[in-house]
Amino acid sequence: MRKTTRFVTALLLGTMLSAGAASAKSLVYCSEGSPENFTPAMNTTGTSLDAARPVYNKLVQFAPGTTNVVPALAEKIDVADGGKTITFHLRKGVKFHSGVNGFTPTRDLTAEDVIWSFARQSDKNHPYAKVSGGAFDYFNDMGMPDLLDSIKKGADDLTVVMTLKEPNAPILANLAMDFASIQSAEYADFLMKKGTPEQFDQMPVGTGSFQFVNYQKDSVIRYKAFDGWAGKPKVDDLIYAITPDATARYAKMKANECQVMVAPNPADLEAMGKDGDIKLLQQAGLNVGYLSMNAMKPPFDKVEVRQAINMAIDKAAILKEVYQGAGQPAKNPLPPTIWSYDDTTVDYTYDPVKAKEMLAKAGVTSLDTDLWWMPVQRPYNPNAKRMAEMMQSDLEKVGIHAKLVSYEWGEYRKRLQAGEHQMGLLGWTGDNGDPDNFLFLLSCKADGTPAGQNIAKWCNKDFDAKLLEARKITDQAARSKIYAEMQAIFKKEAPWMTIAHSTVFEPVRKEVSGYKVSPLGAHEFQDVDITQ
Amino acid sequence: MIKYLLKRAALTLPTFIALMFVTFLMIRLVPGDPIEVRRGERGITPERLAELRHTMGLDQPVWKQFLDYVWALLHGDFGTSIVSKTPVATEFFTLFPATVELTLCAIIFAIIIAVPAGVIAASKRGSAYDQLMMGVALVGYSMPLFWWGLMLILLMSNTLHLTPVSGRIDVIAYYYPSVTGFLLIDSLLSDQKGAFLDVVRHLILPTIVLGTIPLGAIARMTRSSMLEVLEEDYVRTARAKGLSIFRVVGFHALRNALIPVVTMIGVQLTTLLAGAVLTETIFSWPGIGNWLIHSIERRDYPALQGGIMLIASLVIILNLSMDFIYGLINPRIRHGR
Repeated sequence: MRKTTRFVTALLLGTMLSAGAASAKSLVYCSEGSPENFTPAMNTTGTSLDAARPVYNKLVQFAPGTTNVVPALAEKIDVADGGKTITFHLRKGVKFHSGVNGFTPTRDLTAEDVIWSFARQSDKNHPYAKVSGGAFDYFNDMGMPDLLDSIKKGADDLTVVMTLKEPNAPILANLAMDFASIQSAEYADFLMKKGTPEQFDQMPVGTGSFQFVNYQKDSVIRYKAFDGWAGKPKVDDLIYAITPDATARYAKMKANECQVMVAPNPADLEAMGKDGDIKLLQQAGLNVGYLSMNAMKPPFDKVEVRQAINMAIDKAAILKEVYQGAGQPAKNPLPPTIWSYDDTTVDYTYDPVKAKEMLAKAGVTSLDTDLWWMPVQRPYNPNAKRMAEMMQSDLEKVGIHAKLVSYEWGEYRKRLQAGEHQMGLLGWTGDNGDPDNFLFLLSCKADGTPAGQNIAKWCNKDFDAKLLEARKITDQAARSKIYAEMQAIFKKEAPWMTIAHSTVFEPVRKEVSGYKVSPLGAHEFQDVDITQ
Repeated sequence: MIKYLLKRAALTLPTFIALMFVTFLMIRLVPGDPIEVRRGERGITPERLAELRHTMGLDQPVWKQFLDYVWALLHGDFGTSIVSKTPVATEFFTLFPATVELTLCAIIFAIIIAVPAGVIAASKRGSAYDQLMMGVALVGYSMPLFWWGLMLILLMSNTLHLTPVSGRIDVIAYYYPSVTGFLLIDSLLSDQKGAFLDVVRHLILPTIVLGTIPLGAIARMTRSSMLEVLEEDYVRTARAKGLSIFRVVGFHALRNALIPVVTMIGVQLTTLLAGAVLTETIFSWPGIGNWLIHSIERRDYPALQGGIMLIASLVIILNLSMDFIYGLINPRIRHGR
């Protein structure tokens, strides 16, 4: 009995005190979930896109930590025909990863791979169109099927010519998004011949800085450094430790079990800021939280009523109470980090007395209405319920009795889109840093009816015409001028009450250097180093 | 015996069919559908929504979806995950070993501590020790697991640095291919020195947390069962014969007191297999609890249905095996007397 006790004690102590052997320079990133697959074109969640990003490159990319579009696989881009023809000159000698899933590439990147990557998304008869479900959401959402006329090989193997049906200024920003990642046509053929095409989306081969090694569902994703066209990354191994709980992620950071983590719990930010082992990086988020008013339902069809609502709600109190300092007041539908942001815009001031007067002038002395709040925490709104309660209280003071309403998240958004609400909270996080990617939220279709994402159900011909006009101009200054005019229309018409642009926080260990917070919410490790 | 077994198996069939129907229906009663839930703020056009619903077969009438589902089940096809596009059975059996490994460790941990504690408490009935043990058992039984897990992490991992925070193994130091999915076995099969001990270190905290509730339940059951047995005539006789207290309690009383305890362990085991959700979340344990929660969040109907049916099948098989063992042990059960 004593011997057994001694053995068990020794075993427990031994196991507790033994530490794993050190290996090459490794960086562990605590991610929040498993990817759906490793083909960016098929995914819309940040978790899945983050998991595929180390493996792939695009023709153009966002410079780390910014929304500036810079060359990537295409080293030179020529725009002709008034913006309708774009010629991409690919880099020479770009290697694909070798040894993944038994595949050894026999050639470098060519136009064939670029054409293949877009054809899979656009051509319903493409051999890989239906593989893994074949839902290419971003390609469709960014309007590519209506925009893309053709994509063909140019004068040589390293030239790709993309022809658009009409000029579209945001196209390059769109092509820097993950759905436009370039995959290997040769690998696709290899797997098709092998009879396992579905592995294409599970065991990725690309040209990116890290080569895929292994994925264990809900546990870990492993990559190793790849000495490709962009140079070898500074860490040898990149490991995603899948850790769904934010508190557990923070505990792992403190124990140095991971060095970078996603989505900290807002309640932990203060402690993180004081923790000597952790650097709490932050950046103004590319987002906007807003209260939309359904302009198709009286009395919100009257501009005076919408303006009065803007004045009746105490925005400063919401920023203090709901965002707890981690946000800045929004006066435009664009965040200030986006070019063309109009800083001359004058926001509505909190003035319940004047708001009440304006409502009375508009014939509204007492109103029973609804106010919808999202059932989930979003980057642009940390606590929609609390925000709605504060708004409800403010509105009560001007004679508006708002009933609070909420639904399950999918149902909530669906009903908002259908226009069932009178007032509803929502927001937006930008995809590509182009102003068009925010202002399109308020656009209407050619027949004058609101597009699906326009939950204010507000249509303004001048606004829509300017949005289309700006898409056809490539000169940024000229576009900026148009967008400033649109912001002025928006402010006057007040279909939303813009609330805040939240701040994005990213904790990293003190040993980590070179990590940049992406305003787009991406997590990238090409330039990251670690002292071990 | 064969007749008895066939009868028991036949009785499970209605349970299985009812479960299949209820699961199918309940999942569809939850608001939101798999496509809507993926769309976020961007929204979706009605045309695109219809197209995607058609691709996933969600535009079919519910009765047809149910019949298709039953037909596939009868052919051993548990469906394909809408999210990952991989077969549900493959996903399930990839993750299931992690849950089994943790569950077994937790139940063994609970038994090792709870049974002796319960026995000692019963034999020292009314003493301070008894009061203390049963108080601790009650606290353990009613402990909020999420809080308990986080407290242990704070103390053991972040303050004392004795155990890792979460996961199944040190992902930097060790990497080897999975053979069985049970890391305790795989680490021994690998040639990586220290891997086994590292797996054990990672098991310590989740085992304690998951084992806490069964520990409390088993300790209380052992105590009350022992108290009953200790009042029996044969125990008094054994004492009168001058046998040592260790022999009376440990041999004569405990063996008889363990029958209800074993039944309770069986129940706890099946509960733990399906209910380790919180523990798996806190410790990033890649098991089926975590997987089912994500499937609910994403309205992954096939994964949810398939996962529940697979768990139910395993529980039914476990119960059937228990019935079989009872039948073997006790002829009165077998003959329905």
